[in-house]
Amino acid sequence: MSADIILDYAVTLALATLCLAFFVTIYRIIKGPTLPDRILGLDMLVAIAIGFIAVIGIKTGFTLYVDVAIALGLVGFLATVAFARFVLSRGKTEDDLLSEAREAAAAARREAKAASRAENRERQHSTRSGQ
Amino acid sequence: MNEIVTLISAALLVIGSLFALVASVGLVRLPDLYTRMHAASKAGTMGACLMLIALAIHAADFGTMSRALAGVVFFLLTAPVSSHLLAKASYAVGYRLHSSSVMDDMAPKDQAK
Repeated sequence: MSADIILDYAVTLALATLCLAFFVTIYRIIKGPTLPDRILGLDMLVAIAIGFIAVIGIKTGFTLYVDVAIALGLVGFLATVAFARFVLSRGKTEDDLLSEAREAAAAARREAKAASRAENRERQHSTRSGQ
Repeated sequence: MNEIVTLISAALLVIGSLFALVASVGLVRLPDLYTRMHAASKAGTMGACLMLIALAIHAADFGTMSRALAGVVFFLLTAPVSSHLLAKASYAVGYRLHSSSVMDDMAPKDQAK
């Protein structure tokens, strides 16, 4: 068994493993309960994509792929930093947002109930005065 | 000699992809953001760097090798910075540790046990 055949098998195995890792990471991004989990999944996806690029570069022999990998690493870094700044400037967790929405909904419900009660009272009043 | 280089690069490819798989499994299995970050930013970076090193030693010419190694250094420099920034931002905003965590060094002094 010559070394090139072993390299071929290694490339195939690495591509299959990276595919599996990619889908497992996507599962976390879809399910991820909070925004930072998804950002972390994005970071991981960039790392896996760089691995893909390296494997494809070995498989095809195109050396231009190395530049693509460096550029992708830069983009992934900047995206993660920007998302981290966004998390910081948003200043709320998902729980905060949820409880805020619940409070707003409860307040709106209370207001609607009070308004309908007032309307009912007014209607009764007008019918009574009509008699 | 050439065959040995090819075998080493094949081994690095497989090891790197296994590191990436372990990192993504850790991303799914671990309980909270900070432990997930521990899996993704160490094992994930390791996997990508090993595969870039495999590309570097598989490439015959010096230009490709130096660019691939520059990519490795760049990735090793930026991955801790970005994940540290993300962890700090999410801790400051108030994403809490999982209840099974035993230690929180950044907790305020009066709440620390």
